[in-house]
Amino acid sequence: MKAMYLAFAATIVLAVLANIALDRAGFSTEEVTSGPAVRLD
Amino acid sequence: MALFRSLVVLLLLAAFSMTTGAGQAQTPEASEAPARAETGGAQTLEDILARQRGEQIDDSFRRTEIGDPGAAATMNEMLGTLGGASDSDVWRALRYNQADVQVSSRVAAAEVLMQDGGMRWLEFRSGPLKTYGGYLLLGMLAVLVVFFALRGRIRIDGEKTGRRMLRFSAIERFAHWMLAGSFILLAITGLVQLFGRAFIIPLIGREAFAPVALAGKWVHNNFAWPFMLALLMVIVFWLVHNLPNRHDLKWLAKGGGLFSKGTHPPAKKFNAGQKLIFWAVVVLGLSISASGLALLFPFQMPLFAVTFEKLNALGLPQLFGYGALPEVLAPHEEMQLAQAWHAIVAFVFMAIIMAHIYLGSVGMEGAFDAMGSGEVEEQWAKEHHSLWFEEEKEKQATASKKPAAQPAE
Repeated sequence: MKAMYLAFAATIVLAVLANIALDRAGFSTEEVTSGPAVRLD
Repeated sequence: MALFRSLVVLLLLAAFSMTTGAGQAQTPEASEAPARAETGGAQTLEDILARQRGEQIDDSFRRTEIGDPGAAATMNEMLGTLGGASDSDVWRALRYNQADVQVSSRVAAAEVLMQDGGMRWLEFRSGPLKTYGGYLLLGMLAVLVVFFALRGRIRIDGEKTGRRMLRFSAIERFAHWMLAGSFILLAITGLVQLFGRAFIIPLIGREAFAPVALAGKWVHNNFAWPFMLALLMVIVFWLVHNLPNRHDLKWLAKGGGLFSKGTHPPAKKFNAGQKLIFWAVVVLGLSISASGLALLFPFQMPLFAVTFEKLNALGLPQLFGYGALPEVLAPHEEMQLAQAWHAIVAFVFMAIIMAHIYLGSVGMEGAFDAMGSGEVEEQWAKEHHSLWFEEEKEKQATASKKPAAQPAE
Protein backbone atom coordinates (compact mmCIF):
# COMPACT_ATOMS: atom_id res chain seq x y z
CA MET A 1 0.00 0.00 0.00
CA LYS A 2 3.09 2.22 0.28
CA ALA A 3 3.02 2.95 -3.48
CA MET A 4 -0.61 4.05 -3.21
CA TYR A 5 -0.02 6.49 -0.34
CA LEU A 6 3.11 7.80 -2.04
CA ALA A 7 1.17 8.32 -5.28
CA PHE A 8 -1.58 10.25 -3.47
CA ALA A 9 1.02 12.46 -1.77
CA ALA A 10 2.82 13.03 -5.09
CA THR A 11 -0.52 13.89 -6.74
CA ILE A 12 -1.15 16.65 -4.20
CA VAL A 13 2.43 17.97 -4.44
CA LEU A 14 2.29 18.04 -8.25
CA ALA A 15 -1.05 19.88 -8.24
CA VAL A 16 0.30 22.57 -5.87
CA LEU A 17 3.54 22.88 -7.84
CA ALA A 18 1.66 23.13 -11.15
CA ASN A 19 -0.41 25.96 -9.74
CA ILE A 20 2.64 27.86 -8.48
CA ALA A 21 4.63 27.26 -11.67
CA LEU A 22 1.84 28.40 -14.01
CA ASP A 23 1.14 31.42 -11.84
CA ARG A 24 4.79 32.47 -11.89
CA ALA A 25 5.08 31.81 -15.62
CA GLY A 26 2.42 34.46 -16.26
CA PHE A 27 -0.55 32.16 -16.82
CA SER A 28 -2.74 33.52 -14.05
CA THR A 29 -6.20 34.57 -15.24
CA GLU A 30 -5.48 38.17 -14.23
CA GLU A 31 -2.31 38.39 -16.28
CA VAL A 32 -3.64 36.53 -19.30
CA THR A 33 -6.82 38.59 -19.54
CA SER A 34 -5.43 42.07 -18.92
CA GLY A 35 -3.38 44.39 -21.04
CA PRO A 36 -0.21 46.31 -20.20
CA ALA A 37 -2.31 49.32 -19.18
CA VAL A 38 -3.75 47.37 -16.25
CA ARG A 39 -1.95 47.46 -12.88
CA LEU A 40 -2.55 44.13 -11.13
CA ASP A 41 -0.69 44.65 -7.82
CA MET B 1 -80.14 38.07 -74.66
CA ALA B 2 -80.37 36.12 -71.47
CA LEU B 3 -77.55 33.90 -72.75
CA PHE B 4 -75.40 36.98 -73.50
CA ARG B 5 -76.03 38.35 -69.97
CA SER B 6 -75.04 35.01 -68.50
CA LEU B 7 -71.82 34.94 -70.54
CA VAL B 8 -70.93 38.46 -69.44
CA VAL B 9 -71.51 37.51 -65.79
CA LEU B 10 -69.38 34.40 -66.20
CA LEU B 11 -66.59 36.38 -67.87
CA LEU B 12 -66.71 39.00 -65.14
CA LEU B 13 -66.61 36.32 -62.43
CA ALA B 14 -63.68 34.61 -64.12
CA ALA B 15 -61.81 37.88 -64.49
CA PHE B 16 -62.52 38.77 -60.83
CA SER B 17 -61.36 35.39 -59.56
CA MET B 18 -58.14 35.65 -61.64
CA THR B 19 -57.31 39.08 -60.27
CA THR B 20 -58.10 37.89 -56.72
CA GLY B 21 -55.90 34.81 -57.21
CA ALA B 22 -53.06 36.92 -58.52
CA GLY B 23 -53.46 39.22 -55.57
CA GLN B 24 -53.32 36.26 -53.18
CA ALA B 25 -50.20 34.88 -54.87
CA GLN B 26 -48.44 38.19 -54.33
CA THR B 27 -49.52 38.56 -50.73
CA PRO B 28 -46.51 37.01 -48.89
CA GLU B 29 -43.96 39.05 -50.84
CA ALA B 30 -45.99 42.17 -50.78
CA SER B 31 -46.79 42.02 -47.08
CA GLU B 32 -43.20 42.54 -45.93
CA ALA B 33 -42.55 45.71 -47.88
CA PRO B 34 -45.43 47.76 -46.45
CA ALA B 35 -44.71 46.31 -42.97
CA ARG B 36 -41.09 47.47 -43.12
CA ALA B 37 -42.23 50.77 -44.51
CA GLU B 38 -44.37 51.13 -41.41
CA THR B 39 -41.38 50.48 -39.14
CA GLY B 40 -39.17 52.86 -41.05
CA GLY B 41 -37.23 49.97 -42.60
CA ALA B 42 -36.56 48.30 -39.24
CA GLN B 43 -37.41 44.67 -38.56
CA THR B 44 -41.04 43.79 -38.05
CA LEU B 45 -42.71 41.82 -35.29
CA GLU B 46 -42.86 38.87 -37.70
CA ASP B 47 -39.08 39.08 -38.22
CA ILE B 48 -38.53 38.96 -34.47
CA LEU B 49 -40.97 36.09 -33.96
CA ALA B 50 -39.42 34.12 -36.84
CA ARG B 51 -35.97 34.56 -35.30
CA GLN B 52 -37.27 33.45 -31.91
CA ARG B 53 -38.74 30.35 -33.57
CA GLY B 54 -35.20 29.62 -34.75
CA GLU B 55 -36.04 30.20 -38.43
CA GLN B 56 -33.50 31.57 -40.84
CA ILE B 57 -34.48 35.11 -41.80
CA ASP B 58 -33.11 37.36 -44.50
CA ASP B 59 -31.42 40.03 -42.40
CA SER B 60 -29.65 41.76 -45.28
CA PHE B 61 -31.94 44.77 -44.86
CA ARG B 62 -30.39 45.56 -41.45
CA ARG B 63 -26.97 43.88 -41.53
CA THR B 64 -25.48 46.84 -43.40
CA GLU B 65 -27.34 49.55 -41.46
CA ILE B 66 -24.45 50.39 -39.17
CA GLY B 67 -24.24 54.15 -39.69
CA ASP B 68 -21.72 56.18 -41.63
CA PRO B 69 -19.26 58.21 -39.56
CA GLY B 70 -17.93 59.71 -42.82
CA ALA B 71 -21.28 61.38 -43.43
CA ALA B 72 -21.68 62.59 -39.86
CA ALA B 73 -23.08 66.00 -39.18
CA THR B 74 -20.57 68.46 -37.74
CA MET B 75 -20.60 68.92 -33.98
CA ASN B 76 -22.54 72.16 -34.13
CA GLU B 77 -25.26 70.68 -36.32
CA MET B 78 -28.34 68.76 -35.25
CA LEU B 79 -27.37 65.28 -33.89
CA GLY B 80 -23.71 66.02 -34.62
CA THR B 81 -22.65 64.43 -31.33
CA LEU B 82 -23.82 61.03 -32.59
CA GLY B 83 -20.86 60.87 -34.96
CA GLY B 84 -22.83 59.46 -37.87
CA ALA B 85 -23.92 56.31 -36.08
CA SER B 86 -26.94 56.13 -33.82
CA ASP B 87 -27.06 53.82 -30.82
CA SER B 88 -29.03 51.33 -32.91
CA ASP B 89 -26.39 51.50 -35.65
CA VAL B 90 -23.67 50.76 -33.09
CA TRP B 91 -25.57 47.78 -31.65
CA ARG B 92 -26.23 46.41 -35.15
CA ALA B 93 -22.52 46.70 -35.97
CA LEU B 94 -21.72 44.74 -32.80
CA ARG B 95 -24.48 42.23 -33.53
CA TYR B 96 -23.13 41.48 -37.02
CA ASN B 97 -19.48 41.57 -35.97
CA GLN B 98 -18.71 44.61 -38.12
CA ALA B 99 -17.77 47.02 -35.34
CA ASP B 100 -14.19 48.13 -34.90
CA VAL B 101 -13.90 46.92 -31.29
CA GLN B 102 -10.81 47.91 -29.35
CA VAL B 103 -10.22 46.39 -25.92
CA SER B 104 -7.37 46.52 -23.43
CA SER B 105 -7.60 42.78 -22.75
CA ARG B 106 -4.89 40.67 -24.36
CA VAL B 107 -7.32 37.89 -25.18
CA ALA B 108 -8.31 38.09 -28.82
CA ALA B 109 -11.76 36.72 -27.98
CA ALA B 110 -12.50 39.82 -25.88
CA GLU B 111 -13.21 41.66 -29.11
CA VAL B 112 -16.23 39.46 -29.77
CA LEU B 113 -18.99 41.04 -27.72
CA MET B 114 -21.91 38.98 -29.01
CA GLN B 115 -21.88 35.35 -30.04
CA ASP B 116 -24.87 33.34 -31.20
CA GLY B 117 -23.73 29.85 -30.22
CA GLY B 118 -23.74 30.60 -26.51
CA MET B 119 -27.43 29.92 -26.10
CA ARG B 120 -27.24 26.53 -27.81
CA TRP B 121 -24.34 25.57 -25.54
CA LEU B 122 -26.12 26.78 -22.40
CA GLU B 123 -29.26 24.83 -23.30
CA PHE B 124 -27.22 21.70 -24.01
CA ARG B 125 -25.26 22.02 -20.77
CA SER B 126 -28.28 22.58 -18.55
CA GLY B 127 -30.49 20.11 -20.45
CA PRO B 128 -29.42 16.94 -22.28
CA LEU B 129 -25.88 16.88 -20.88
CA LYS B 130 -27.06 16.80 -17.27
CA THR B 131 -30.02 14.52 -17.94
CA TYR B 132 -28.35 11.84 -20.07
CA GLY B 133 -25.03 12.11 -18.22
CA GLY B 134 -26.77 11.65 -14.89
CA TYR B 135 -28.81 8.71 -16.18
CA LEU B 136 -25.67 7.08 -17.59
CA LEU B 137 -23.96 7.10 -14.18
CA LEU B 138 -27.09 6.00 -12.33
CA GLY B 139 -27.67 3.30 -14.97
CA MET B 140 -24.15 1.94 -14.52
CA LEU B 141 -24.61 1.94 -10.75
CA ALA B 142 -27.86 0.01 -11.15
CA VAL B 143 -26.21 -2.52 -13.50
CA LEU B 144 -23.42 -3.12 -10.97
CA VAL B 145 -25.88 -3.53 -8.09
CA VAL B 146 -27.93 -6.04 -10.13
CA PHE B 147 -24.77 -7.86 -11.21
CA PHE B 148 -23.62 -8.09 -7.59
CA ALA B 149 -27.05 -9.31 -6.50
CA LEU B 150 -27.12 -12.04 -9.16
CA ARG B 151 -23.48 -13.12 -9.32
CA GLY B 152 -22.21 -12.08 -5.91
CA ARG B 153 -18.52 -11.67 -5.27
CA ILE B 154 -16.43 -13.63 -7.76
CA ARG B 155 -14.48 -15.94 -5.47
CA ILE B 156 -11.22 -17.78 -6.03
CA ASP B 157 -12.58 -21.20 -7.08
CA GLY B 158 -9.60 -23.42 -6.31
CA GLU B 159 -7.84 -23.91 -3.04
CA LYS B 160 -5.61 -21.05 -2.05
CA THR B 161 -1.91 -21.88 -2.07
CA GLY B 162 -0.77 -19.30 0.46
CA ARG B 163 1.99 -18.34 -1.98
CA ARG B 164 1.97 -14.90 -3.55
CA MET B 165 3.54 -13.60 -6.74
CA LEU B 166 4.39 -10.07 -7.86
CA ARG B 167 1.87 -8.78 -10.38
CA PHE B 168 2.60 -5.06 -10.51
CA SER B 169 5.86 -3.37 -9.54
CA ALA B 170 5.94 -0.37 -7.20
CA ILE B 171 6.31 2.14 -10.06
CA GLU B 172 3.36 0.60 -11.93
CA ARG B 173 1.20 0.83 -8.80
CA PHE B 174 2.43 4.39 -8.21
CA ALA B 175 1.33 5.44 -11.71
CA HIS B 176 -2.01 3.64 -11.37
CA TRP B 177 -2.84 5.31 -8.06
CA MET B 178 -1.75 8.73 -9.25
CA LEU B 179 -4.09 8.30 -12.21
CA ALA B 180 -6.86 6.91 -10.01
CA GLY B 181 -6.53 9.50 -7.25
CA SER B 182 -6.50 12.47 -9.61
CA PHE B 183 -9.30 10.96 -11.71
CA ILE B 184 -11.61 10.61 -8.71
CA LEU B 185 -10.93 14.19 -7.60
CA LEU B 186 -11.49 15.44 -11.15
CA ALA B 187 -14.72 13.45 -11.44
CA ILE B 188 -16.14 14.69 -8.14
CA THR B 189 -15.22 18.33 -8.75
CA GLY B 190 -16.44 18.14 -12.35
CA LEU B 191 -19.81 16.81 -11.17
CA VAL B 192 -19.98 19.54 -8.51
CA GLN B 193 -19.44 22.20 -11.19
CA LEU B 194 -22.15 20.72 -13.42
CA PHE B 195 -24.77 19.66 -10.88
CA GLY B 196 -24.03 22.18 -8.11
CA ARG B 197 -26.70 24.64 -9.16
CA ALA B 198 -29.38 21.97 -9.43
CA PHE B 199 -28.61 19.79 -6.42
CA ILE B 200 -26.13 21.37 -3.98
CA ILE B 201 -27.36 24.99 -3.86
CA PRO B 202 -30.88 23.90 -2.81
CA LEU B 203 -29.27 21.90 0.02
CA ILE B 204 -26.65 24.29 1.42
CA GLY B 205 -27.50 27.64 -0.14
CA ARG B 206 -25.62 29.91 -2.53
CA GLU B 207 -23.25 31.44 0.01
CA ALA B 208 -22.03 28.08 1.26
CA PHE B 209 -21.77 26.69 -2.27
CA ALA B 210 -19.60 29.56 -3.59
CA PRO B 211 -16.40 28.53 -1.70
CA VAL B 212 -17.09 24.87 -2.51
CA ALA B 213 -17.34 25.69 -6.23
CA LEU B 214 -14.22 27.86 -6.06
CA ALA B 215 -12.21 25.15 -4.29
CA GLY B 216 -13.57 22.60 -6.76
CA LYS B 217 -12.41 24.72 -9.67
CA TRP B 218 -8.92 25.00 -8.16
CA VAL B 219 -8.76 21.23 -7.65
CA HIS B 220 -10.10 20.52 -11.14
CA ASN B 221 -7.63 22.86 -12.82
CA ASN B 222 -4.55 21.73 -10.94
CA PHE B 223 -5.09 18.00 -10.45
CA ALA B 224 -5.33 17.77 -14.22
CA TRP B 225 -1.51 17.81 -14.34
CA PRO B 226 -0.83 14.70 -12.21
CA PHE B 227 -3.65 13.02 -14.16
CA MET B 228 -1.96 13.71 -17.50
CA LEU B 229 1.47 12.69 -16.18
CA ALA B 230 0.12 9.42 -14.75
CA LEU B 231 -1.78 8.74 -17.97
CA LEU B 232 1.46 8.95 -19.94
CA MET B 233 3.24 6.69 -17.42
CA VAL B 234 0.50 4.08 -17.63
CA ILE B 235 0.59 4.16 -21.44
CA VAL B 236 4.36 3.63 -21.44
CA PHE B 237 4.24 0.81 -18.87
CA TRP B 238 1.30 -1.18 -20.23
CA LEU B 239 0.87 -0.48 -23.93
CA VAL B 240 2.82 -3.57 -25.03
CA HIS B 241 0.86 -5.86 -22.70
CA ASN B 242 -2.44 -4.54 -24.06
CA LEU B 243 -1.93 -5.25 -27.74
CA PRO B 244 -4.65 -7.65 -28.94
CA ASN B 245 -3.83 -11.35 -29.27
CA ARG B 246 -5.65 -14.52 -30.33
CA HIS B 247 -6.76 -15.33 -26.77
CA ASP B 248 -8.86 -12.16 -26.53
CA LEU B 249 -11.69 -13.36 -28.76
CA LYS B 250 -11.97 -16.63 -26.80
CA TRP B 251 -11.99 -14.65 -23.56
CA LEU B 252 -14.73 -12.38 -24.84
CA ALA B 253 -16.75 -15.32 -26.23
CA LYS B 254 -16.86 -16.80 -22.74
CA GLY B 255 -17.66 -13.43 -21.16
CA GLY B 256 -14.38 -13.70 -19.33
CA GLY B 257 -15.98 -16.22 -17.02
CA LEU B 258 -17.65 -13.32 -15.24
CA PHE B 259 -21.15 -14.72 -15.68
CA SER B 260 -20.55 -18.36 -14.75
CA LYS B 261 -18.76 -19.97 -11.85
CA GLY B 262 -15.73 -22.11 -12.55
CA THR B 263 -15.11 -20.74 -16.06
CA HIS B 264 -11.66 -19.26 -16.53
CA PRO B 265 -10.64 -18.51 -20.13
CA PRO B 266 -6.86 -18.24 -20.53
CA ALA B 267 -5.27 -14.79 -20.52
CA LYS B 268 -1.84 -13.24 -20.39
CA LYS B 269 -0.93 -10.31 -18.10
CA PHE B 270 -4.10 -8.48 -19.16
CA ASN B 271 -7.29 -10.21 -20.26
CA ALA B 272 -9.53 -8.85 -23.04
CA GLY B 273 -11.77 -7.06 -20.52
CA GLN B 274 -8.81 -5.30 -18.96
CA LYS B 275 -7.53 -4.45 -22.43
CA LEU B 276 -10.85 -2.81 -23.27
CA ILE B 277 -10.59 -0.77 -20.07
CA PHE B 278 -6.98 0.14 -20.89
CA TRP B 279 -7.77 1.34 -24.42
CA ALA B 280 -10.82 3.21 -23.17
CA VAL B 281 -8.60 4.97 -20.62
CA VAL B 282 -6.01 5.78 -23.30
CA VAL B 283 -8.48 7.11 -25.89
CA LEU B 284 -10.81 8.88 -23.49
CA GLY B 285 -7.90 10.05 -21.31
CA LEU B 286 -6.03 11.63 -24.23
CA SER B 287 -9.22 13.16 -25.61
CA ILE B 288 -10.29 14.60 -22.27
CA SER B 289 -6.76 15.91 -21.75
CA ALA B 290 -6.82 17.68 -25.12
CA SER B 291 -10.16 19.38 -24.46
CA GLY B 292 -9.06 20.03 -20.86
CA LEU B 293 -5.92 21.83 -22.06
CA ALA B 294 -8.06 23.90 -24.42
CA LEU B 295 -10.14 24.90 -21.40
CA LEU B 296 -7.11 25.50 -19.15
CA PHE B 297 -5.61 27.91 -21.68
CA PRO B 298 -8.70 29.71 -22.97
CA PHE B 299 -8.68 30.70 -26.65
CA GLN B 300 -5.06 29.58 -27.03
CA MET B 301 -5.65 26.03 -28.27
CA PRO B 302 -8.65 25.96 -30.62
CA LEU B 303 -9.26 22.33 -31.57
CA PHE B 304 -12.64 22.01 -33.18
CA ALA B 305 -12.43 24.06 -36.39
CA VAL B 306 -9.29 22.08 -37.32
CA THR B 307 -10.93 18.77 -36.40
CA PHE B 308 -14.12 19.61 -38.31
CA GLU B 309 -12.05 20.51 -41.36
CA LYS B 310 -10.39 17.08 -41.28
CA LEU B 311 -13.70 15.29 -40.68
CA ASN B 312 -15.29 17.15 -43.60
CA ALA B 313 -12.36 16.22 -45.84
CA LEU B 314 -12.85 12.57 -44.89
CA GLY B 315 -16.56 12.91 -45.62
CA LEU B 316 -17.58 11.45 -42.24
CA PRO B 317 -20.39 13.90 -41.35
CA GLN B 318 -21.84 13.47 -44.84
CA LEU B 319 -21.66 9.68 -44.45
CA PHE B 320 -24.02 9.93 -41.48
CA GLY B 321 -26.40 12.23 -43.33
CA TYR B 322 -25.20 15.51 -41.86
CA GLY B 323 -24.04 18.56 -43.74
CA ALA B 324 -20.45 19.75 -43.57
CA LEU B 325 -19.42 20.80 -40.07
CA PRO B 326 -18.51 24.49 -39.59
CA GLU B 327 -14.85 25.14 -40.32
CA VAL B 328 -14.85 28.72 -39.05
CA LEU B 329 -15.75 29.08 -35.38
CA ALA B 330 -15.81 32.08 -33.07
CA PRO B 331 -13.28 31.78 -30.19
CA HIS B 332 -16.15 31.34 -27.74
CA GLU B 333 -17.67 28.56 -29.84
CA GLU B 334 -14.37 26.72 -29.64
CA MET B 335 -14.50 26.96 -25.84
CA GLN B 336 -18.16 25.92 -25.73
CA LEU B 337 -17.50 22.87 -27.90
CA ALA B 338 -14.42 22.01 -25.81
CA GLN B 339 -16.52 22.13 -22.63
CA ALA B 340 -19.33 20.07 -24.14
CA TRP B 341 -16.93 17.44 -25.49
CA HIS B 342 -14.96 17.40 -22.21
CA ALA B 343 -18.16 16.66 -20.29
CA ILE B 344 -19.47 14.01 -22.72
CA VAL B 345 -16.15 12.14 -22.63
CA ALA B 346 -16.04 12.54 -18.84
CA PHE B 347 -19.44 10.87 -18.38
CA VAL B 348 -18.48 7.87 -20.54
CA PHE B 349 -15.12 7.70 -18.76
CA MET B 350 -16.75 7.77 -15.31
CA ALA B 351 -19.24 5.05 -16.24
CA ILE B 352 -16.43 2.75 -17.45
CA ILE B 353 -14.27 3.44 -14.41
CA MET B 354 -17.20 2.65 -12.09
CA ALA B 355 -17.23 -0.87 -13.53
CA HIS B 356 -13.43 -1.07 -13.20
CA ILE B 357 -13.54 0.04 -9.55
CA TYR B 358 -16.28 -2.50 -8.82
CA LEU B 359 -14.36 -5.46 -10.31
CA GLY B 360 -11.11 -4.34 -8.73
CA SER B 361 -12.58 -4.17 -5.23
CA VAL B 362 -15.82 -5.76 -3.98
CA GLY B 363 -16.60 -7.55 -7.23
CA MET B 364 -13.70 -10.02 -7.23
CA GLU B 365 -11.84 -11.70 -4.42
CA GLY B 366 -8.09 -11.15 -4.60
CA ALA B 367 -8.21 -8.50 -7.34
CA PHE B 368 -7.40 -5.52 -5.14
CA ASP B 369 -4.12 -7.12 -3.97
CA ALA B 370 -2.70 -6.64 -7.48
CA MET B 371 -2.76 -2.89 -6.96
CA GLY B 372 -2.69 -2.86 -3.16
CA SER B 373 0.40 -4.81 -2.12
CA GLY B 374 1.27 -5.67 -5.72
CA GLU B 375 1.32 -9.41 -4.90
CA VAL B 376 -1.52 -11.76 -5.76
CA GLU B 377 -2.47 -15.23 -4.55
CA GLU B 378 -1.03 -17.80 -6.99
CA GLN B 379 -4.39 -19.54 -7.34
CA TRP B 380 -5.99 -16.23 -8.34
CA ALA B 381 -3.28 -15.72 -10.95
CA LYS B 382 -3.75 -19.30 -12.22
CA GLU B 383 -7.51 -18.78 -12.61
CA HIS B 384 -7.65 -15.27 -14.09
CA HIS B 385 -4.33 -14.98 -15.93
CA SER B 386 -3.26 -18.56 -16.57
CA LEU B 387 -0.87 -17.81 -19.45
CA TRP B 388 0.83 -15.00 -17.55
CA PHE B 389 1.08 -17.32 -14.51
CA GLU B 390 2.84 -19.98 -16.60
CA GLU B 391 5.19 -17.39 -18.14
CA GLU B 392 6.14 -16.10 -14.70
CA LYS B 393 6.69 -19.63 -13.38
CA GLU B 394 8.93 -20.41 -16.37
CA LYS B 395 10.92 -17.24 -15.75
CA GLN B 396 11.38 -18.23 -12.11
CA ALA B 397 12.46 -21.76 -13.10
CA THR B 398 14.95 -20.43 -15.67
CA ALA B 399 16.37 -17.98 -13.16
CA SER B 400 16.82 -20.68 -10.53
CA LYS B 401 18.55 -23.01 -13.05
CA LYS B 402 21.16 -20.41 -14.00
CA PRO B 403 24.45 -21.17 -12.25
CA ALA B 404 25.54 -18.61 -9.72
CA ALA B 405 28.15 -16.23 -11.10
CA GLN B 406 31.62 -17.60 -10.51
CA PRO B 407 34.22 -15.25 -9.14
CA ALA B 408 37.09 -14.58 -11.54
CA GLU B 409 40.12 -16.67 -10.85
